[in-house]
Parts: sequence; C-alpha cells; structure tokens
Amino acid sequence: MGTERPNAHDWLNEHGDYLYRFALARLRDPHQAEDVVQETLLAAIQSPTFEGKSAARTWLTGILKHKIIDLMRKQAREKPVENLGEDSAYGSDSLPDEPGMDEFFTGDDRHWADKPQRWGMPDGELEQKQFLAILQNCLDRLPKKLAMLFTLRDIQEEDNEKICKDMAITTTNAWVMLYRARMGLRKCLEINWLGHH
Amino acid sequence: MLSCKQASRLISQSLDRPLSWRERFSLRLHLALCDMCTQFRHHLYTMRIAVRQLTRRIEQDEGLVLPQEARNRIAESIAGKQ
Repeated sequence: MGTERPNAHDWLNEHGDYLYRFALARLRDPHQAEDVVQETLLAAIQSPTFEGKSAARTWLTGILKHKIIDLMRKQAREKPVENLGEDSAYGSDSLPDEPGMDEFFTGDDRHWADKPQRWGMPDGELEQKQFLAILQNCLDRLPKKLAMLFTLRDIQEEDNEKICKDMAITTTNAWVMLYRARMGLRKCLEINWLGHH
Repeated sequence: MLSCKQASRLISQSLDRPLSWRERFSLRLHLALCDMCTQFRHHLYTMRIAVRQLTRRIEQDEGLVLPQEARNRIAESIAGKQ
C-alpha cells in the first residue's frame, strides 16, 4: 500500500474548494460545509476502494453526498419537531388541513388572500443574478429543515422516498412540509422580486 | 369544485407524486377557471428551475473557497491519519 496511496493533501488542494462549494450549496451553512469536507477527506484516506485512475473529484463527491445526508439525518433526529409541531400527529393516509396556512387564503379557504401576481421573469444575466440572490435570501429565511428538504427535492438528486427515510419523516409529512416550504418561499419571492422591480 | 387552498396543495404535490385520476381531473377543472392558481403553478415551476440554477451557480463560483483556517485544520487532521 504505502507508496501507492494517493495523497490526501493533493485532494485537499485540487478539490477542496469544489467540495466545499458543493456542500455549501446543499447545507447552506459554511461551518457545516467545512466539517463535511473534512469528514469526506478523512473517509477517503481510509477507503480501500479508490482506483488511482478514476476521476478523484467524482469519487470524492460521491463520498461527500453521503456525508451530507448523514448530517441531515443527524439533525433531523436531534430536532425532530423543529417548526413542525402539528405535523407529527398526522396519519399517513389522509392529508391534513394544514394549520398555519390560513394567512394565505380567505377565511373560507376558497380564494387567495393575496392574489399570486404575474412575475416579470428575470431577463438577461444581471436580472437573473438578482432573482437568484433573492431566492437565496428567501431560502435562508425558511426554517432550516424546510429549506434543506425543498432544495434536495427540487434539485432532484434524491427521490422522495430516500429523502424521507434519511430525514426520518413520513411521505405525507414530506408533502406537507414541501407545500409549506413552497408557499413561504413563493410569497417571499413575490414580495421581494416584485418590490425590486 | 376545489377551493384555491385545495388546488394549491394538489399543485404542490403534483411535483412530488403522481396524482390520481380523480385529482388530476378536479385540478384541471379548477385551473381552467382560476388564473390565480394557474399563476401559482407557474411560480412553482419557476422556483424549481431557479433553485437548480442557484445550486449550479454556487458550485461553479470560483470566488467561494474553503477558508484558510478550515483548510489548515483539515490538512492537520489528514496528516494525523496518514
């Protein structure tokens, strides 16, 4: 083994920044991103599976993905009811009427309290950038677990079942949480994007 | 006829699971008559595309680098293991 072992310091130098950005895009927390990069490289050193010829970045990213999921699972376990109080009482086969969603609708639920507006879609590089900046801002304002779930789900790297298992929630709960995340995010985007125009 | 609240919930879920025949039917009926929920659906699609773009952008942002302090810490922990 000895001399054949790839040098983890090279990995850190060549791929450290990329791994950090990859983690940051998903965890939205610089300290946690640093930690998972460290865990990834430590796991990589101890792994016997790396073939020097395969693309190191791809291989390291694969390990990193697992570390990110592990971290989310741990967090879900530590704070299982963060911002979700009511959800835990829901059964799995009937969809509950979401408490806390009243602000979005008229008293009888029939109509929107604030009508969804037509968004002038971002036009050109600069506006696109501004729109994404507002999106990022709005994501940061969501409860962390909702933001993570929404991001993971909508970048569609993981299917629903797997995300739910990893975050220790039922599929029904995930639908409720995603609905909330989208409602909150949409409202935030509408206010800030239209206000910006 | 679905309320807007029910319709918005189904629209959100249609991004996460296949809707039943009955759900699709009642949603289509609602959307045919409701501009607001149609707008809402459009917004959700836009958000889905945007969050992917945001992820790619962060991944490719060369200005975002592992802070030196963290880099040193990681280098040290690696040295301890090798």
